[in-house]
Amino acid sequence: MSSPHPAKPGRRDLLVAGATALAACGKPTESAPSDGQTAGNAANMRPYGERSAFEKPVRAIRMLSASSGTGSSRTPLADLYGMVTPSSLTYERHHAGVPTIDPSKHQLLVHGLVDRPLVFTMDDIRRFPSVSRICFLECGGNNLGDQRGESTPNVQQSHGLVSGVQWTGVPLSIVLREAGLKPAAKWMIAEGVDNCRMARSIPIAKALDDALLVYGQNGEALRPEQGYPLRLVLPGWEGNANVKWLGRLNLVDQPAMSSKETAYYTELRSDGKAEIFSFAMEARSVITRPSGGRKIAPGPGFHQIDGLAWSGRGKIKLVEVSVDGGTTWAKAELQEPVLDKALTAFRFPWQWDGREAVIQSRCMDETGYLQPTREELVAARGLFSGYHYNAIKPWKVLASGEVTSVPIVV
Amino acid sequence: MFRLLFSAVGLAVFAWVAFAQAPVYGLGRTAAPDEIRKADTTVFPDGTGLPVGHGDAVLGEAIFNSRCALCHNAKGEGRKGEYPALVGGIGSLGTKKPVKTVGSYWPYATTVFDHINRAMPFNSPHILPPNDVYSAVAYILHLNGIIGKGDELNEKTLPQVKMPNRDGFVPDSRPDIKVKR
Repeated sequence: MSSPHPAKPGRRDLLVAGATALAACGKPTESAPSDGQTAGNAANMRPYGERSAFEKPVRAIRMLSASSGTGSSRTPLADLYGMVTPSSLTYERHHAGVPTIDPSKHQLLVHGLVDRPLVFTMDDIRRFPSVSRICFLECGGNNLGDQRGESTPNVQQSHGLVSGVQWTGVPLSIVLREAGLKPAAKWMIAEGVDNCRMARSIPIAKALDDALLVYGQNGEALRPEQGYPLRLVLPGWEGNANVKWLGRLNLVDQPAMSSKETAYYTELRSDGKAEIFSFAMEARSVITRPSGGRKIAPGPGFHQIDGLAWSGRGKIKLVEVSVDGGTTWAKAELQEPVLDKALTAFRFPWQWDGREAVIQSRCMDETGYLQPTREELVAARGLFSGYHYNAIKPWKVLASGEVTSVPIVV
Repeated sequence: MFRLLFSAVGLAVFAWVAFAQAPVYGLGRTAAPDEIRKADTTVFPDGTGLPVGHGDAVLGEAIFNSRCALCHNAKGEGRKGEYPALVGGIGSLGTKKPVKTVGSYWPYATTVFDHINRAMPFNSPHILPPNDVYSAVAYILHLNGIIGKGDELNEKTLPQVKMPNRDGFVPDSRPDIKVKR
């Protein structure tokens, strides 16, 4: 290759090099597959990529009724790495199906206590100054089975209603300012255009703080099941309030008391009262490897313990791991970057002696909040609050290497 | 000195307000009053948003049987694990077996109207005219013993219905857990 600046290859050189590499890859090979490997083949190039055929992790789908359209799918946390969940494996929770929306026809109506009620097309929305932000999205009901004593058998079933996503969109505050928000506006009702016109009342302080109108997910357009073409993202707040397929924002002076903020997503305490407008997801952590339903090599040896921690109130400050049933705890290493309201991966080097062990993690966020045990949570809230259950989840590693959940005594 | 400071603050506030009220990007078009009226179906606890109309449990029984009973069962008892119960459980919330239904848990009758109007029947929502929604709400409230069979619900009377759990909700008290380390 000839270049006047060998140390800094120009664009043309790279193109040439790329074409050469492409030609090399594209050349059919006559060698027979051996050792489970096949040589490169041009047929493996796809306009829209897929993972290796050897990779099988999938979401676990749970329909909640015989009617199609309401249910959830859970992220296979035990099979994933890092702080961002692949879009194809991001958890879902739908209350009335996934609508098919032509983005050229989609509109966002902003009205109510504003100087100028406005209608935005998707082109309008994308013309506003944009930002990208990595944060977690979690269903308010994640892991609620363990509170009732179900002792969910694996981390996909227990904690799979959380995912980490890089969202791209426009800060909601910019759009509200464009419409001229009136001081009397205390709440914002966000409404989807799905079959049940899912609606939630959002305090105006959150709308003006870090709320986003999102059209991008992990570098491409939102997936249909994540609200394509437009959704609300409220970093750190329960998933249901992050209204998908967003069609309307009504600025008002009182909450609507919609079914999803009264009948559902409220926490019934043991005294019979229920807590309402409990939005933030408090800090929690869980070990994803080794975890329930999996098997590790039996006998003494090294195993890295992997897990995730996150808090809807800020950054994760500390994660501790116990490998002796909670008697002693040691600090885990946090994977950088540790971001505000984002999944934070942690790891802990474990020299297993090969004997039965109970392993678990606990975390603290930057507010000083400590993740509780199940006993501490139940003592405060009883058995029926359901949503926002964020207690420590232990796993039992048997001498055989099999990992199970730890039975819960109610 | 203080006067100067106040003037400066006043000027800054004035500038901010003026800035806040002027569109910065000039994006979007003005929404027509008609399209706002059509889209704005939200019903609030004080009755704001309720359409003019009326209904009662007598009329509601027929509507319920044809539109709701398939999933929620003939007397609103629901189908366990699939479709929520609408009836029963009143007084159970503080016990060891709380039963959450429209009757026992929902704090506002307006929410029942709003929910049916925006989401029900599940497989074909947005087809019930206001009078049918009022009647369906009346029948569900009647099955719960909250109103009489002949009581009329309309845009004036519906917000006045006091649900059994009207005072059962309290603000988020978190962080609420005492953790010992």
